[in-house]
Amino acid sequence: MAQTPGSEARTGLKLISPTAIFVILLLAVPLATVLIYSVMTGGRGNVSLPLTFENYSELWSKSVYGYIMFKSLMVALVVTATTVLLAYPVAYFVSFHVKPERKSLWLFLITIPFWTSYIIRVSLWFVILGYGGVLDSTLTAIGLQPLNVASYSILSIIIVLAHAYAPFAVLPIFVSLEKVDRSLLEAGQDLGESRWVTFLRVTLPLSMPGVIAAALIVFIPTVGDYVTPELVGDGKEPMIANLIETQLLKLQNFPQGSAFAVASMLMVGIVAVAFVVWNRRFIGGGK
Amino acid sequence: MKKAPILQSYTLFYLLFLYGPILLLPIFAFNDSRVVAFPLQGFTAGWFAEMASDQNLRNAAKNSLMIALSVATISTVLGIFAARASVRYRFPGKAPLMGMIMLPLVLPEMIVAMALLVVLLSAGIPLSLFTVILGQVLICTPFAVAILTSAFQSLDRSLEEAAMDLGETAWSTFRLIVLPLVMPGIMASFLICFTISFDEFIIANFLGSGEPILSVYIFGQFRFPNKVPSMLALGTVLVCMSIILLGFAEYMRRRGIAKAGGKDSGGFL
Repeated sequence: MAQTPGSEARTGLKLISPTAIFVILLLAVPLATVLIYSVMTGGRGNVSLPLTFENYSELWSKSVYGYIMFKSLMVALVVTATTVLLAYPVAYFVSFHVKPERKSLWLFLITIPFWTSYIIRVSLWFVILGYGGVLDSTLTAIGLQPLNVASYSILSIIIVLAHAYAPFAVLPIFVSLEKVDRSLLEAGQDLGESRWVTFLRVTLPLSMPGVIAAALIVFIPTVGDYVTPELVGDGKEPMIANLIETQLLKLQNFPQGSAFAVASMLMVGIVAVAFVVWNRRFIGGGK
Repeated sequence: MKKAPILQSYTLFYLLFLYGPILLLPIFAFNDSRVVAFPLQGFTAGWFAEMASDQNLRNAAKNSLMIALSVATISTVLGIFAARASVRYRFPGKAPLMGMIMLPLVLPEMIVAMALLVVLLSAGIPLSLFTVILGQVLICTPFAVAILTSAFQSLDRSLEEAAMDLGETAWSTFRLIVLPLVMPGIMASFLICFTISFDEFIIANFLGSGEPILSVYIFGQFRFPNKVPSMLALGTVLVCMSIILLGFAEYMRRRGIAKAGGKDSGGFL
């Protein structure tokens, strides 16, 4: 059955329309609304004209807001670096040292913890790290000083987030390592390079796209995480998501909350673009 | 395969780190003490009994089940439309439309939830379990599309053409040939969306109008130390459930690939 390009386009559009309409109504329209609200004047629970950039200048002028955004960015970057560094050897092991028919099983084992209830996993850390919790009671029992990790809110937030998003990092790195042409490695070693130098000069650069994808996949949800600062950090060290909640829901300040949301989207966007630009260097690489 | 003892022990250690907290679940769920700490105090199944008799918990579980079933169904159906359209047809605006559909994957969930909330509040739409479903469908659809796209891609197009040549209509070809072949993908998508929705917290918390939903309920209960053991019992049940569901989803995915004659290229995502 021959299809003309015109009828193919029509069928395609018709087919995608339910999903597209749903997404436009429930995602595009809300995002646009937030963007518009962020430049409006607002009181409690309502928005009005005139248009203003005051919400954004408020964001700049009050140091506490800047501090929270900076802190979220730093926490997310530390978590991203930790997860990716810890995940790389695992992905390398599965890709290079596991029999091909066993690889799926290993990946499955690594991904299972990610699919088990996020709330339960985070809450468990609360029980482990908390005062008199599993960690400290164990340390006391074997005659050591309790560490009291929970009193260092930011540290415990970082530990919990790094654990929660760990499996996210393994998969993309694994995929890019799988694509590395094994004959290149043999060539490197035939030409007299040591295995370590071959890794540094061939395998690592070729797997960088996966590393950057992994970094991005971990960075985005961690920077916007709400549950961990609330539960593990005991709400003492709010991050961006908690700040947006306070403005939008507790204070009902729609314009200010929207400005935060837009600013954090911009922040995520800028970091994402930086990662992608960095990635270009390796995709175009070989030079 | 070359042996790499250091890498192998590191990987096993890493797995231990990943599973560590989850392994604590059953240990303390059966521990006969309200205080979650070592040393263990003896065996009891009492926390499971306490969990089972908690009426609020039952309501929350019922609501969560209803939400997760609806979300999984709607997301998978929307996923089928989008995946089929993007694999099979070329049409104007395809890249931006698909980008928009997949966008929730790269947006912090809090932003999606808050944007929706602002619109719902401004439009005067009351929050309910229904608004939770709408929000979660938004989050789950990209996963459904990703799984279903690979299912549709591994489909041999000549089979469809053969059916058409033999006089079937476009719809009956889809129903008789395409649908059975991508069925494992549809099942996998349904199960994954179900799992995501069942666990999801942010949207359930902010778009839920205070109706009991399991993840929100668990989040609240962990603040009361004497509720923690029964929550650990609940956690044990949930983890077992999701492992069974995921094992089933993985089995379906592999069967789907084998059926379409493809080669297994790894896990989900």
